[in-house]
Amino acid sequence: MILVYVNSSNGLSKAALETVTYAKKLGNEVVVLTNGKASSESLICLGEYGATKVLVDRMVDGEDPQQLTRLISAVVQNIGAKTVIFSHDLIGKAVAPRLSVRLQAGLIAGAISIPDADGAVKVNVFSGKAIGNVKVSSDIKIISLLPNSIQPEKTGANCPVEETNGLGGAAAIKVISTKKPEGEILLPEAELVVSAGRGLKGPENWGMIENLAKSLGAATACSRPVADIGWRPHHEHVGQTGVAIRPNLYIAIGISGAIQHLAGVNGSKVIVVVNTDAEAPFFKAADYGVVGDAFDVIPKLTAAINKFKESQN
Amino acid sequence: MKILVCISKAPDTTSKIAFTEGNTKFDENGIQYIINPYDEWYALVRALEIKEAGNADVTIITVGSAADEAIMRKALAIGADNAIRIDADPKDAYFTAVQIANYAKTNAFDLILTGKETINYNGSQVAGMIAEILDFPLISQASKLDINGSSLSLEREIIGGLQVVEVAMPAVVSCAKGMAEQRIPNMRGIMAARTKPLTVLPPVTADELTSFVSYSVPNSKSAVKLIDPMNMDELVELLHNEAKVI
Ligand SMILES: Cc1cc2nc3c(=O)[nH]c(=O)nc-3n(C[C@H](O)[C@H](O)[C@H](O)COP(=O)(O)OP(=O)(O)OC[C@H]3O[C@@H](n4cnc5c(N)ncnc54)[C@H](O)[C@@H]3O)c2cc1C
Ligand SMILES: Nc1ncnc2c1ncn2[C@@H]1O[C@H](COP(=O)(O)O)[C@@H](O)[C@H]1O
Repeated sequence: MILVYVNSSNGLSKAALETVTYAKKLGNEVVVLTNGKASSESLICLGEYGATKVLVDRMVDGEDPQQLTRLISAVVQNIGAKTVIFSHDLIGKAVAPRLSVRLQAGLIAGAISIPDADGAVKVNVFSGKAIGNVKVSSDIKIISLLPNSIQPEKTGANCPVEETNGLGGAAAIKVISTKKPEGEILLPEAELVVSAGRGLKGPENWGMIENLAKSLGAATACSRPVADIGWRPHHEHVGQTGVAIRPNLYIAIGISGAIQHLAGVNGSKVIVVVNTDAEAPFFKAADYGVVGDAFDVIPKLTAAINKFKESQN
Repeated sequence: MKILVCISKAPDTTSKIAFTEGNTKFDENGIQYIINPYDEWYALVRALEIKEAGNADVTIITVGSAADEAIMRKALAIGADNAIRIDADPKDAYFTAVQIANYAKTNAFDLILTGKETINYNGSQVAGMIAEILDFPLISQASKLDINGSSLSLEREIIGGLQVVEVAMPAVVSCAKGMAEQRIPNMRGIMAARTKPLTVLPPVTADELTSFVSYSVPNSKSAVKLIDPMNMDELVELLHNEAKVI
């Protein structure tokens, strides 16, 4: 029996569908546990990705890792789960380690593969410079899946949704306020990302970056110095000390490609680099490169994308 | 109040990563170790700011070998009051967390700070594990931390945004960017660090729950395909038909 914990407080994210698809590849009996207010009508579709049943706790809001851990561990015991799957996102990173202690179950954090014949699972180590094969020695196993490691697959039909309330106890953390940017594509989940660095010269030049992102339906990101000097908000900073992302497409504009920047983006499937300097280190990590001035190239690229999108309609 | 800061070592970010013994061991040859950046820049410096603003005692703890005392001395030079080294190889996150929690249990800390993750194993595991062993609340990836009497007021990242939260001490907090600014140790700090206490304690027994059985280095990318800057239609065509990402 496999239990998947899914956060549905902002609706069902792609990461949630990925974890259910992943679980389905490990076994046929997949129970999904979630919490909060998501309607039962929205949750039944998890069956399409492989869930045999969805359990929802309406009393737990998901803000306190300690409370979530109590809930998940009670459900693991109730259904006799031998494997527990999380997304390796902000909630998974806080809750999976707690659950590991509570159940004395080994945790594979940031998995990028399903277990091989020996039960070893691949994870990124050394900021993506190497891959490690990890094994768990305990009876129960916990795996947190790195977002964008597999594609969600529809294999089944709607499944039943049941309520399970009162297993979490009280929350110790009190939420005072929440700020969420409206309508933006969230960087950690984005499949397409347009990113720019110091080569852009100043914050007033980001209009063309935003236009390109908009025509692609991409999220925007930036290098660290750009966030540090306040040209862009901190949550856009990618790299070793910022957000680590692995989109399908990463377009890097006016970024030199320092190793600390690459550490956060080298999991991207395809990398395009636009830089005036043909010797910029980023070209070594790129699939496609344009040696040219961003101020010429980016408006041209945006026009080409728009033309392509129109031809697709 | 008493603050415990968990300090781990990490290879300098420019290190070349290689493996030995049939790809089962990290090759430490020529590796320069630094303090894991999140532990140093954010957790440690914020603890020192709290100390400077009031009345706190800052202890650092490292689970590691005698070789790690170099980075511990640096943490003392930046301003920590005393240091504890648990003399053991930090085999996995659980083993490490048991050592730290065990020390914390006997010393009544109000606040335990860690980095958000180590940059070598990138697991984000140890903080949550310490919190669960001690039955403390965990605020992970906090970007702001203030003391309010016996409570903490924090800002933390949540999926797609930021949240302000409050929690009573004792608590475990994992620290991310925004928490504090990096500090460079000065000569006086370096001199003082030489005489600050660094206590070595034996480990307690704990099971390992996970193990790395082997490593590999990803295949290097094939050479970049250069596109004429005047021909962005070609780039779009390649992204659509060849790379299949748009
Ligand atoms: C411990 C540590 C951690 C770090 N963590 C991070 C991190 O997480 N993320 C991060 O990004 N950095 C990080 N850094 C900083 C990193 O080393 C680099 O300094 C930084 O990534 C450089 O940013 P940049 O590429 O925007 O700027 P620069 O290095 O200044 O590069 C600008 C580039 O723009 C090009 N350019 C100039 N004009 C144009 C034009 N008109 N059109 C096109 N291209 C142009 C230039 O040729 C150059 O390649 C870290 C550093 C350290 C020491
Ligand atoms: N060997 C160690 N000794 C002391 N603290 C550690 C050790 N390993 C990890 N930590 C702390 O736990 C945090 C998260 O580590 P990790 O779970 O490995 O990503 C680090 O930023 C450190 O603060």
